[in-house]
Amino acid sequence: MSRKIAALLLGSAMAFAVAGTAFAGDKVVKIGVLNDQSGLYADLAGPGSVIAAQMAIEDSGLTKKGWKIDVISGDHQNKPDVGVNIARQWIDVDKVDVIADVPTSSVALAVNNLVKEKNSILLDSGAGTSDLTNSQCSPNTIHWTYDTYMLAHGTGSALTKSGGNTWFFLTADYAFGAALERDTTNAVVAAGGKVVGGVKHPLNTSDFSSFLLQAQASKAKVIGLANAGGDTVNAIKQASEFGIVSGGQKLAGLLMFISDIHSLGLQTAKGLNLTATFYWDHNDGTRAFSKRFQERMKTKAMPTMVQAGVYSSLIHYFKTLDKLGENPHDGAKVIAAMKEIPTDDPLFGKGKIEPNGRTIHDAYLFEVKSPSESKGPWDYYKLVTTIPADEAFTPLDKSTCPLLKK
Amino acid sequence: MSINLQALSAQLLVGLINGSFYALLSLGLAVIFGMLNIINFAHGALYMMGAFCAYFLLNGLGLNYWFALIIAPVAVGIFGMILERTMLKWLTGLDHLYGLLLTFGLALIIQGVFQNYFGSSGLPYAIPDQLRGGMNLGFMFLPIYRGWVVIFSLVVCLLTWYLIERTRLGAYLRAATENPTLVRAFGINVPRMITLTYGLGVGLAALAGVLSAPINQVRPLMGTDLIIVVFAVVVIGGMGSIMGSIITGFTLGIVEGLTKYFYPEASNTVVFVLMVLVLLVKPAGLTGRAT
Amino acid sequence: MIAFVLMTVLLAIVPFTGIYPFFVMQGLCFALLACAFNLLVGYGGLLSFGHAMFLGTAGYFTAHALKVWGLSPELGIIFGTAGAAALAVITGLVAIRRLGIYFAMITLALSQLVYFIYLQTPFTHGEDGIQGIPQGKLFGIFDLSQPTTLYYVILAGFLLGFLLIYRTINSPFGEVLKAIRENEPRAISLGYKTDQYKFLAYVLSGTLAGLAGSLKVFVAQNASLTDVHWSMSGEIVLMTLVGGLGTVFGPVVGAFVIIAMQQYLAGFGQWVTVIQGAVFVICVLTFRRGIIGELAHFFRRSL
Repeated sequence: MSRKIAALLLGSAMAFAVAGTAFAGDKVVKIGVLNDQSGLYADLAGPGSVIAAQMAIEDSGLTKKGWKIDVISGDHQNKPDVGVNIARQWIDVDKVDVIADVPTSSVALAVNNLVKEKNSILLDSGAGTSDLTNSQCSPNTIHWTYDTYMLAHGTGSALTKSGGNTWFFLTADYAFGAALERDTTNAVVAAGGKVVGGVKHPLNTSDFSSFLLQAQASKAKVIGLANAGGDTVNAIKQASEFGIVSGGQKLAGLLMFISDIHSLGLQTAKGLNLTATFYWDHNDGTRAFSKRFQERMKTKAMPTMVQAGVYSSLIHYFKTLDKLGENPHDGAKVIAAMKEIPTDDPLFGKGKIEPNGRTIHDAYLFEVKSPSESKGPWDYYKLVTTIPADEAFTPLDKSTCPLLKK
Repeated sequence: MSINLQALSAQLLVGLINGSFYALLSLGLAVIFGMLNIINFAHGALYMMGAFCAYFLLNGLGLNYWFALIIAPVAVGIFGMILERTMLKWLTGLDHLYGLLLTFGLALIIQGVFQNYFGSSGLPYAIPDQLRGGMNLGFMFLPIYRGWVVIFSLVVCLLTWYLIERTRLGAYLRAATENPTLVRAFGINVPRMITLTYGLGVGLAALAGVLSAPINQVRPLMGTDLIIVVFAVVVIGGMGSIMGSIITGFTLGIVEGLTKYFYPEASNTVVFVLMVLVLLVKPAGLTGRAT
Repeated sequence: MIAFVLMTVLLAIVPFTGIYPFFVMQGLCFALLACAFNLLVGYGGLLSFGHAMFLGTAGYFTAHALKVWGLSPELGIIFGTAGAAALAVITGLVAIRRLGIYFAMITLALSQLVYFIYLQTPFTHGEDGIQGIPQGKLFGIFDLSQPTTLYYVILAGFLLGFLLIYRTINSPFGEVLKAIRENEPRAISLGYKTDQYKFLAYVLSGTLAGLAGSLKVFVAQNASLTDVHWSMSGEIVLMTLVGGLGTVFGPVVGAFVIIAMQQYLAGFGQWVTVIQGAVFVICVLTFRRGIIGELAHFFRRSL
């Protein structure tokens, strides 16, 4: 019964979609922003990334040159199945050319596979896994903004060099946490520091007190938080309760976004160190973009680096299309062209796209301001050091990407 | 492994703190189950509402933590009573499973609505000034707030136990669970008592929420995973008595604390493993009556 | 029987109608899952709140067998289903000791335990999941990377599971199950060892849920923690409840309704959970028989 109705609905949806089929070599582009619109990552990507994509279209100036560019968005709910289904339908039925953002490593890797199979394009900004440009790299994917290697490496080496040379890790006990800890440890040791201990905690721990007690007892100068999301937030909050930062130890969040700091509040987060590739108050270019962005956000939030990355990656994509003169609807071809042009935009500055699909640009080690240092809402970071582009990301000779072995 | 006695006692104390949350929540579940024969799946969501309530009171009305401790449980309790009156009431006489399903649906709705309006990353809630700082106990640094949580929840648990087991009102309650028809025959308004009981259980959950607001971030999903642990606590305790759930709650907190010291990776699973072991030895749970 | 033929024909012509086949394939996997779940709750009266653990276990096992060991699809499916069956035996021994709400809570806790195990064991790749699973050739002949071939293989798997459940329900075994559901003490007094019957039903249900999980690997080409998470268990309950507890076709309809809902409500983004919750509440309060159950009641027929 209801199956028939569903079938009818589906059928009509298909007919509708097929009518809009694009032919090779035209000036029609369809962007699909696929991310978490409601869950854990909604604040750092979510609706903000869609706004960033729309701004990229407006700023590209292509519509004035006769291009027709549309954005659709979807909620993958952090489930790989849902993500792949939406992406497959977008590519097959809606003729989407580019899938952008895609936070959550499991979904990003799944979409990465699909996009390669369908010769489409994935411009990933939200996912952290460095596998996207290593073992799972693809000629159809460009990874923007950040990855776990860069965060671990940036925070690890920059902090060690600035005096935090003994480390203790609070690590989420699964693959992602282990990778973060490993990469950071390498960076710390390479910079002349030492890891004095660590403890693994289960994912989604609500109470960190016993782990924090161990960290406190270790007397390490830096406590590295190799975890994410709610775990990091809870750990930081409880660390302030146990007087860890006021006791002279430093906290280093290895995967943190400005949205997390906003949610923690400066009173709790002050003194925290973290690495990012974008901060709204960095220079005139970032400020101009961010003010415009903020006005359009329902929540009046400043852009996170993920949302900025969506903008920047699409700007570069449009620049490439403009150069090509038409949209060839051939993923690998466009990506290859994108890799030939150096990236340059007001948000991330100058950079380039490596052959493995990794975009590299400067990264920054920030320290979170105390409430008295902060001049107003969203005034959260002060710059500690700048990590130059060629040191921030995985060096090409260490990348395990199969595309490089030619 | 040499056992560091200092660190161990610190972990025990920390375990006790978590135990107070388990105790408050499983107590609320037990009270509701005793009266309505419903496993309240929405308990985690109502716990979350308690924490949000405290947040609103502070940021909306400027009422501090101490007001929240009283107002939030009452407000969420009233919300619970409305739920009972408008929905749960219609399930009396049906299979108890429908109660579980209905409250599961309610939990989804409540969580979803909060997620829509407040995102997922959560909102900050500071520790009240009077309870800031900490004491050096020699073997550990104890934040005063944590000590307060243990003592306060212990008092609340004991008061609830006293109310139900030792007062006239409690006697009516217990009697109404055993034989509603008979109690009604004595001229007591059983439906009203059921509503009040649900309100009480929900209020306890909200109270736990207020207590946890300064420790954890006030997040829409803060109760989701916690509720499953509390379910396991309830299964282990057997839901037979009010005292049973209080003791099991605190004990499990301590067991979890010990695991965090000896084998931290397993600290999230230990409750479930314990549940399996208890079920194999005593299918009815530690203090439980048979179904 | 007419309904069954109708359903089979409808499903068989799907690839010729222009309907997006991946949607239907996913629906079929969940339909089988819901049917398996329904066998336990609808006929055995045991509400499991942890059925996602079978789905996920079979998914992981099949995915690992295909990707790392390079086994053929048929062996992969067998391995995955066997894994779910083994898990059902182990958890069944614990869970079956308590009834009613306790059973629901225990299965929920067990599935959470399983979830944490998969989160930590290396072969599941934690958060990343197992990705890019090769679909391979079934029996060395059928190329599963062809959507149409894959569709009929999934359909065949679904029908096989469905018929098995149908047979079970109408067998003497099924009759005893129904008797236990209605009145366990009486069944015991009639000399039936009810625990054994319930245990068997539990294992059968878990195994078939595992089959659904194995088949789903070929459709989604990945296996991840989502399938083991308890919210998935909740969705399974919802599917069955919407379609109709204890009806033969209800879970199938329910699964498609819920999958379609997720698909087409995706535009509402944040509100999907709220809507799902509302469907739960409405179902429990107003039409506890579910869609098919209400229809059957209306036409006074068993569906």
